[in-house]
Amino acid sequence: MTQNRIVNDFSITVGTANGSGSSTANTTLLRALFKMGLPVSGKNLFPSNIQGLPTWYTIRVSGDGFTARREEQEIVVAMNPGSFVQDLASVTPGGAFYYADDIKLPINRDDISLYPMPVKQLVRANAEIPSNLRDLVANMVYVGILAQMIGIDQSKIEMALKFHFKNKEKPVSLNMSMIRAGAEWAAENLPKTDPYTLEPLDKTDGLIMTDGNTAAALGAIYGGVQFAGWYPITPASSLAEALNEYLPQLRKSEDGKNTFAVIQAEDELAAIGMCVGAGWSGLRALTSTSGPGMSLMTEYAGLAYFAEVPVVIWDIQRMGPSTGLPTRTSQGDLSFVYNMGHGDIDSLILLPGSINECFEFGWRSFDIAERIQTPVYVLSDLDMGMNQWMTEPFTYPDQPMDRGKVLWEEDLEKLGANWGRYKDTDGDGIGHRTLPGNTHPLSAYFTRGTGHTPEARYSEEPDVWVANINRLKKKYETAKQYLPKPIVKTAEGAKFGIIAYGSTDPAVEEARLKLERDHGLKSDYLRLRAIPFTREVSDFITAHERIYIIDMNRDGQLHQLLSMKYPEHATRLVSIAYNDGLPPTARWVRTAILEKEEN
Amino acid sequence: MSQPLPMAGAPAQQVNSAGLSKNDYRGNPTTLCQGCGHNSISNQIIAACYEANVVPEKVIKFSGIGCSSKSPTYFLNRSFGFNSLHGRMPSLATGALFGDHRLKGLGISGDGDSASIGMGQFKHAMRRNVNMVYIIENNGVYGLTKGQFSATADKGLTLKKQGVNMYLPVDICMEALASRATFVARLFAGNAKQTKEVLKAALSHNGIAVLDIISPCVTFNNLESSYYSYSFGKEKEGPLHDISFHQASEGPQSTISYVPPKPEIKLEADMIDGEIREVALHDGSTIILKALEKDYDPTSRFEAMRVLEEAAANNWLVTGLVYVAPESPSLTDVHNLVETPLNRLTEKDLRPAPETIKTINDLMF
Ligand SMILES: Cc1ncc(C[n+]2csc(CCOP(=O)(O)OP(=O)(O)O)c2C)c(N)n1
Ligand code: SF4
Ligand SMILES: [Mg+2]
Repeated sequence: MTQNRIVNDFSITVGTANGSGSSTANTTLLRALFKMGLPVSGKNLFPSNIQGLPTWYTIRVSGDGFTARREEQEIVVAMNPGSFVQDLASVTPGGAFYYADDIKLPINRDDISLYPMPVKQLVRANAEIPSNLRDLVANMVYVGILAQMIGIDQSKIEMALKFHFKNKEKPVSLNMSMIRAGAEWAAENLPKTDPYTLEPLDKTDGLIMTDGNTAAALGAIYGGVQFAGWYPITPASSLAEALNEYLPQLRKSEDGKNTFAVIQAEDELAAIGMCVGAGWSGLRALTSTSGPGMSLMTEYAGLAYFAEVPVVIWDIQRMGPSTGLPTRTSQGDLSFVYNMGHGDIDSLILLPGSINECFEFGWRSFDIAERIQTPVYVLSDLDMGMNQWMTEPFTYPDQPMDRGKVLWEEDLEKLGANWGRYKDTDGDGIGHRTLPGNTHPLSAYFTRGTGHTPEARYSEEPDVWVANINRLKKKYETAKQYLPKPIVKTAEGAKFGIIAYGSTDPAVEEARLKLERDHGLKSDYLRLRAIPFTREVSDFITAHERIYIIDMNRDGQLHQLLSMKYPEHATRLVSIAYNDGLPPTARWVRTAILEKEEN
Repeated sequence: MSQPLPMAGAPAQQVNSAGLSKNDYRGNPTTLCQGCGHNSISNQIIAACYEANVVPEKVIKFSGIGCSSKSPTYFLNRSFGFNSLHGRMPSLATGALFGDHRLKGLGISGDGDSASIGMGQFKHAMRRNVNMVYIIENNGVYGLTKGQFSATADKGLTLKKQGVNMYLPVDICMEALASRATFVARLFAGNAKQTKEVLKAALSHNGIAVLDIISPCVTFNNLESSYYSYSFGKEKEGPLHDISFHQASEGPQSTISYVPPKPEIKLEADMIDGEIREVALHDGSTIILKALEKDYDPTSRFEAMRVLEEAAANNWLVTGLVYVAPESPSLTDVHNLVETPLNRLTEKDLRPAPETIKTINDLMF
């Protein structure tokens, strides 16, 4: 009785208990759809807990290629009694509700299709499954049932499992047997009464699927990272762990020796301390953390700015101060990082807005840090960092490495006594540095957080201080030419502008399309990719009477920074800011803009 | 106030086997108080580096924050140096020494810097065996912030402005031993000869060498009764052993004799009173220990702790090489680095070849 079929445009949300092993099942679903040529995105909405609390995974399929999270969920799978009532209520009218039939709770909806699943029975009936593995494979039952009911190609599921289990035969066959059992049971026992169906497409050909932290680590490796110091924290840990995974594959010398070192430090104070030391001694150094770690890194970051030490700092943002909501996403650290340090400070901030940009900024950040001799912050977030995204394959760096102004023995031989570490000989504010190990008797200089002369000598002279701090400002200006430019998209007859950054991009792009399609509201869009703000940003602002600034935080931090920077245009800038810890939806962006437009 | 440090040892024009005169090891004039123990230590660093034929370009100086941490500008002007953050020298040194694994770190810290704010980093540098000499110029007070009690101040110490210290002191050597430092010594800045000899040995040690040097603060903590005063040190100092250091390959002309490298590192069993014992270091140089009071085996952590406990119980200032584990790989050793210093690697070594990008993309789903 499937009347009008709805093909390739819906969301599936699976509710399980944390630690029940559902993540394998859910990423397997996501990957199978991806291999069917269907544009998909998957968001893990998980609690800060190892076992027991409710957790959800939401997959969006969109033949049109939209990847932002949706608020509506047409198909809901309920495996957790603890969230059953909420899960049942969350199904959109006309949707489908699959649930483990051992959950004996009242069902009060008649506007959706109900599909009880005999999960426990099917697992027990499967002779191949040893009793100690039953709980682990139970989640594969819903994978099998969904495969049958919405049309997922089992061979693609097998591909996904092979990838997950690194081609180990045993776990793949165990899980597949459970998936087949689920599918066969559904074929015999579950007549389909909802309209949601999949049909293969060819829209993911040539794409890969990965997460932003892996991309960042790989980018850093292609950028020649030589030293990483880090301390575990969600959602940043997987970046350093990816370094540990891929560095040995990509960066051993011919005789099997290391061209790199990764150290898990005792805390973030030490992680950045090590990186500042390494950067100072001429290594491409990186640390990765999240908000609480950024707080601890602040004193060293300020010193690195003042002592002019290149270092790359990845902040994979999460919610709130302290622990906040540690497993939820946010853009809450922007203002903090903008001001990271005490006294006069300028931060160079990169804002990747896609997985490919995580890779690209992974290598480019080192070029910028070494060119400008300063910390470079890269702000990603939990959604981009930890979730799986489909993306274009990584492309090899299209520029040679820029190691900046470094003098070795032969350079000093030529310069003679004229060398001074902080002399602005090129007029761009950037001095020349020497590195420890340089054997030239003129090479050494003393680095300090105290006032210093162009020759790096201690000084408390007011004039010397001012000249130095102003030279640092000049470097900040120089930096602009090395930063990734914003991406500007214009539409003929646009009514307003939008400025956004980072992982909100898919939601913003979808909202723009729908505002135009459903409301005739065209917009221009500037996606910011770096701070300081460059010419392109001020041009964009002056070219529009109204610009909506999209922020995933409460106070509209980018809106605040832009208003400070361009006070004469502040009245044109309208903040659209919201953050509940979940990845943003196009509906939120669209509704917020519509409300403002109608007023 | 600034005054050049007086020169110990050889006349200025003489050169050592590195072809350098003592002047080449000098720094800027000190700005610390006259009579400050820290100045004596700087002076012995200059003498030790000269006598040990250290090439200044092969040393990186580090420090935290404090009067003590200011001193790296008073010696080795030809060495790179980094005056870092309060309590955070160890992490900076850890990272910096990866730049060129052939370099030796020479860190100067204070008791506030290492035993209070920096205790965590201090201890983790030990367990990683960072290749550096780590000197704590220990005066029992915060000199630079004008005389507050530090974590090593004696319980009951009474200072005019601060009142009575109510808490028990931290024993830096004990902490170093507990954290598995591979070379631990306690010294008294007033004992120049011993300080110099142990410094030379420390410079030869592969890995971390912790030197807890009692260094009186003449301005804020020089009461007769204080453990950290000159008078206490002079009266109560009980050296574990006479010590002299012999360099492996090239000895400077006059001051100390040359002892060829020895393959054997292990100490034989017991030492008897007055016996002379050599400890070989990784580069083949040796330290000669002369036991004074009792059998002392500096390769036993257990003995080291016992001796420290005993001294604390008796209010002795026990000085000398408390512990050494000569054959311990340093941090950069265990990281299996390429021969070329990392900071001299080029794009060719650091950026994987273009064809690898396909392999990587294939590894993604
Ligand atoms: C984060 C931070 N907190 C506090 C200070 C202030 N401060 C400077 S030196 C110092 C104490 C130094 O004592 P110690 O390490 O024993 O050195 P000394 O001056 O006694 O040689 C303090 C607390 C600082 N510089 N940084
Ligand atoms: S205050 Fe004390 S520690 Fe500081 S320089 Fe003077 S004597 Fe030395
Ligand atoms: Mg002190």
